Amino acid sequence: MADLKVNLCGLELDNPVIPASGTFGYGNEFRFYYDINILGSFVFKGTTKDARFGNMTPRIAETPSGMLNAVGLQNPGIDAVVKTELPKIEKFFKKKVIANISGFSVDEFVYCTEKINSCDNVGIIEINISCPNVHGGGISFGVSPESAAEVTKAVKAVAKKPVFIKLSPNVTDITEIALACEVAGADGLSLINTLIGMRFNLRTRKPILANNTGGLSGPAVFPVALRMVWQVANAVKIPVMGMGGVSTAEDVIEMMIAGASAVQVGAANLVNPYVCKEIIEALPEAMAKYRINSLSELKK
Amino acid sequence: MAKNHGDDFFTLTENKLIAKNTYRAVFEGNTKDLIAPGQFVNLKIDGFYLRRPISVADYDGQTMTLIYKAVGRGTEKLAQTTPGKVFDILTGLGNGYTLRGGKPLLIGGGAGIPPLYGLAKKFAKKGIKAVVVMGFGSKDEIFYADEFRLLSHEVRITTADGSVGTKGFVTDAFEEIDYDYFYTCGPEPMLRAVYAATNTEGQFSFEERMGCGFGGCMGCSCKTITGNRRICTEGPVIEKKDLIW
Repeated sequence: MADLKVNLCGLELDNPVIPASGTFGYGNEFRFYYDINILGSFVFKGTTKDARFGNMTPRIAETPSGMLNAVGLQNPGIDAVVKTELPKIEKFFKKKVIANISGFSVDEFVYCTEKINSCDNVGIIEINISCPNVHGGGISFGVSPESAAEVTKAVKAVAKKPVFIKLSPNVTDITEIALACEVAGADGLSLINTLIGMRFNLRTRKPILANNTGGLSGPAVFPVALRMVWQVANAVKIPVMGMGGVSTAEDVIEMMIAGASAVQVGAANLVNPYVCKEIIEALPEAMAKYRINSLSELKK
Repeated sequence: MAKNHGDDFFTLTENKLIAKNTYRAVFEGNTKDLIAPGQFVNLKIDGFYLRRPISVADYDGQTMTLIYKAVGRGTEKLAQTTPGKVFDILTGLGNGYTLRGGKPLLIGGGAGIPPLYGLAKKFAKKGIKAVVVMGFGSKDEIFYADEFRLLSHEVRITTADGSVGTKGFVTDAFEEIDYDYFYTCGPEPMLRAVYAATNTEGQFSFEERMGCGFGGCMGCSCKTITGNRRICTEGPVIEKKDLIW
């Protein structure tokens, strides 16, 4: 029988399929479509110290084989997430979730990490230093090895759960940032966040997105993600969660061949709410086709 | 509670031009998730990544009717599709209109008119005949005037160029209407004019670019008196008293 189990820093997952932050809310909307307990885990919506409305609309634009988003980290704030959302999740999701944390200062990352420490149903903390859609926060920490290491070190000093740093592809050399995070103590890395892009309205001759630019995701970015996961997995010893355009069971296998220990699925959830269920169901057959007995064997 | 993806497959049985760039599509399939007029569906079109949100004009146990305008490449592709094709459609999205008032006024502009048809039908079933004001750009864009007349107390038509009915916008045809509640859907400038020109409570239906249509992405959020709402989930219908205008 096909073995779908993977292990992420001691967290045993039934399978490597994990909906990515910002494409799965706090889990509730997807329960309408399938029993989400079949997932390996899921990453909840990027959460900041204070509640945020995010950017003005339009926040979404279509692209060839993908989409742009510029939501801008809309979330109810860490206190509401700890007090309201996580207890709700605990009722319908019997596994550990991954908490995605973003911030505008090192202190904010630390503040949110300390709050999450006390949440039993959080298995891993994913630190987002790569959101391209907010100004003065997120990505400004992810574009230099020094600031990425600074956030990693500060979060690791207080974190009581494994810490994954989520990296931006919008950098000159992603392995340099990855290595800096590893040296600073990161337990793992998540990549890639979205690629910065634009679309224009031909009638108004203005950008479609109110934020002008947005993050590109979907199948269009899959080869870029594979390349970066492969580069980073070869450069570091800590585990990598691979993401970017994954839409099928074959994509999951390919991402793991590139070096990912687990795989996040993002934009595909938005166009097909059943996609993660369908991927998990299709994995055994795809594994048989490519003579894979155990997914964890793909990661050398 | 969970569904099967197979429940979302619908067969196109009709796709007909009914006015300039305006089409009526009828789909056969499982419509059990549609529970109120003013809800919408999110339809996958081959060759396009994101689904297209389209309001539901009418539905029964086996079919749903969508009236849409071909305004971009996705809806143009849909307009060229012949009956028989199977579509992946998420249905039952959004809150829809809540029936209130004994003397309702329905105000629609262009592509915003279709969801009001299902509403007029629901009112008629309860024995209440609404007054309907329909706004169009010009004569060749007019659709469903007769269909509304069958269900309504009175139908008033406005055209921007004056080719039919009152020349101007929907708010130019409001004189001497006896109403105690209103429902509206249309382009935002029209909604703002309706907001200013009405003196009762009412419900507004909004449009926004969406990622998913079911609350997963936060792509379509707006601010209201009662806090942030997703147009796709805590909308598209929002009550007048909750708008920050």
